[in-house]
Amino acid sequence: MSTDTSCAINYKKVDDIIASIGAKKQNLIAILQKVQEEFRFLPQEAIAYIGTKIDGLSPAEVYGVATFYAQFSLEPKGKYEIKCCDGTACHVRGSMPVYTYLTQRFNLEEGKFTSKDGLFSVETVSCLGACGLAPVVVINGKVYPQMTTDAIKIVIDTLVAKEQEG
Amino acid sequence: MANTLFINNKECEYTNEPNLLEVIRNNGFNVPTFCYRPDLTQYGACRMCVVEIEGRGLQSSCTMPPEPGLKIHTNTERTRRVRKIVLELLLANHDRECTTCNKSGNCELQKYAQEYGIEDIRFAGKKPQDFLPIDNLNPSIVRDPNKCILCGACVRACSEFQGHSVLGFANRGSKTVVQPFAGRTLGSVDCVFCGQCQAVCPTGALTIKSDIERVWGLINDKDKKVAVQMAPSVRVALGEEFGLNPGENVIGKLNAALRQLGFDLIFDTNFAADLTIMEEANEFIERLNKGENLPLFTSCCPAWVRYLETHHPELLNHLSTCKSPEGMLSPVIKELVPKYYEGYDKENLYVVSIMPCTAKKAEAIRSQLMKDGRFETDVVLTTQEIAKMIKSAGINLAKIKPEKNDSPFGQYTGAGTIFGASGGVAEAAVRTAYELVTKETLTNLDFKPLRGVDKTHRTKEAIVDIKGTKIKVRVVSTLKEAEKSLRELIEGKADYQLLEVMACPGGCINGGGQPRSCDDSKIKELRAEGLYKEDIELPLRKSHENPDIQKLYNEFLEKPNSHKAHELLHTTYSDMFKNSYKDFSNK
Repeated sequence: MSTDTSCAINYKKVDDIIASIGAKKQNLIAILQKVQEEFRFLPQEAIAYIGTKIDGLSPAEVYGVATFYAQFSLEPKGKYEIKCCDGTACHVRGSMPVYTYLTQRFNLEEGKFTSKDGLFSVETVSCLGACGLAPVVVINGKVYPQMTTDAIKIVIDTLVAKEQEG
Repeated sequence: MANTLFINNKECEYTNEPNLLEVIRNNGFNVPTFCYRPDLTQYGACRMCVVEIEGRGLQSSCTMPPEPGLKIHTNTERTRRVRKIVLELLLANHDRECTTCNKSGNCELQKYAQEYGIEDIRFAGKKPQDFLPIDNLNPSIVRDPNKCILCGACVRACSEFQGHSVLGFANRGSKTVVQPFAGRTLGSVDCVFCGQCQAVCPTGALTIKSDIERVWGLINDKDKKVAVQMAPSVRVALGEEFGLNPGENVIGKLNAALRQLGFDLIFDTNFAADLTIMEEANEFIERLNKGENLPLFTSCCPAWVRYLETHHPELLNHLSTCKSPEGMLSPVIKELVPKYYEGYDKENLYVVSIMPCTAKKAEAIRSQLMKDGRFETDVVLTTQEIAKMIKSAGINLAKIKPEKNDSPFGQYTGAGTIFGASGGVAEAAVRTAYELVTKETLTNLDFKPLRGVDKTHRTKEAIVDIKGTKIKVRVVSTLKEAEKSLRELIEGKADYQLLEVMACPGGCINGGGQPRSCDDSKIKELRAEGLYKEDIELPLRKSHENPDIQKLYNEFLEKPNSHKAHELLHTTYSDMFKNSYKDFSNK
């Protein structure tokens, strides 16, 4: 049911974001996007806080919006955000083996998408609009085309090696 | 002007019904529904109410406004097929342990599955190992997410009645659940336990936490004496569980049934309602004279008290220090019954109260309502629970011969009885306050502007002229309406001096613990009529004329708001915002 993602957050920052966009119900999604940008995810405290600060909303309702849209994450994302495209074109050209390789490599349990060391997070997305390059993986905005399990292994190995060098 | 349309080839009239569903029901037909509740907004989620309209195919009747000349068919092969598939799909994901479910016999899913002959569920759904934990950690309400069909009635009730949306939808698609913030328990968020969510829930997903076994335990213990009291609104609703009409006053029958169950002494919360008026009217006059802490807020409704404590602790000084009538009677019983009855003492005497209310269960365990290490009220039962007890004891309430209750806390006036409907407390207080201040007899006792329990009467006002002093009395039901009045006060725009608040729409007659009535918004009006009828029929209609109340003051309490009265009848409140999950100030 509830996942423990509580942490002490800077409410001043949330206040500033709400003030800059306007404390109105219809601005909720914009506010959540900005807050996620700030903290790299949506901490539970921030969700509850927004629910109390905006007239006509409650923490439960804001939580509902935050969990409805795939763009919002209630878990901290990794330093490397891996988006594995699973649109129709990528799917038929083998995106699932690539995705499965990633979840196994990072030992991701069901429902978790960030590796224990906090370096990598893996999620599937529904179409990146680069079907000609299928299957596509995007890591922190950089596009890796025509992925296979062997190719993604090399990409990840390179990133891990870079991290170990510090 | 009545228009006509055709239902199942019969010409049917309609006037101002908001949707086809109401037209269908008003003309003697029925279609099943889960998500439709006449007092809530239309939602169109469950698709059970689909009808076939010639030229328009299948439409959900709850969301479609009536039009002249429509040709509607409510029971065709297509509608039956759709409804059966809806039922099968819902049941596939449902925890189908019906026999041990609190809602069994009262469950709409169970009822329609029976009616539509669902004998086999073709779809593989949720398995027991996928079931989510049950939340039964608060004293009032049990939430079992495995029985939820996502009709959203509770979410709408919480938002549209109480305005603070404790329950909401979370996640998406097949993972959707209805839950408090982040899947917490109801007890750990700002729920006030009014129970309106479970009153509109069609299944066993939200139910009243049962205290029936605890009461049997007390009754069956030979060393314990059990006194019982029942709230005004219980008597006009309980009969419904036994086939009687809504609003029919069954107090005599209830007295008889309670004696049969084994309760030792039967008193009446109505007596304490009169007592509350004595204290509260005097408190109001005192505040008026001093010009302090006005407007005065009534404090009978425990959900409202909890709302103020969790949402507006800065306004607690306005709240009357009077306990609720039930809260007053319990310590009075424990203090005085040993003086009047042999064999009773403070140690062996227990008090059970029968309330229309789930929030009362939470109120009973307030630390402020403890005396000598024990809670003043030992167990709170709802109307639904006492009905179950009476049924399980094999008593037919409809046929049992009425009996009188016990003295001295049984006699009551009309002012006490109308406490059960929104506006009743204010009306009763005004009747007494007027006579106490002016020393004149009030001839017209009916304050009609303060009456009415339907959707359009959630905020009512009356101006009372007490010898030149004009008092504006405001009555609100639902916390959403209350919040509006509080905002006026916070902004310095409040022009009322007395604010009566009941959290349930229409007051206690429509409380969360009453027999289920969410399908028919007329039932609460009939219950209110039952109370106002008893008010007129009673020989005494003003609280201060109750001879047993006068005796209680003469022999024991001295006078209203005396030291002794404060000890027993008044209470304190605490700022509960500080420790709530919504307080971010010290983080």
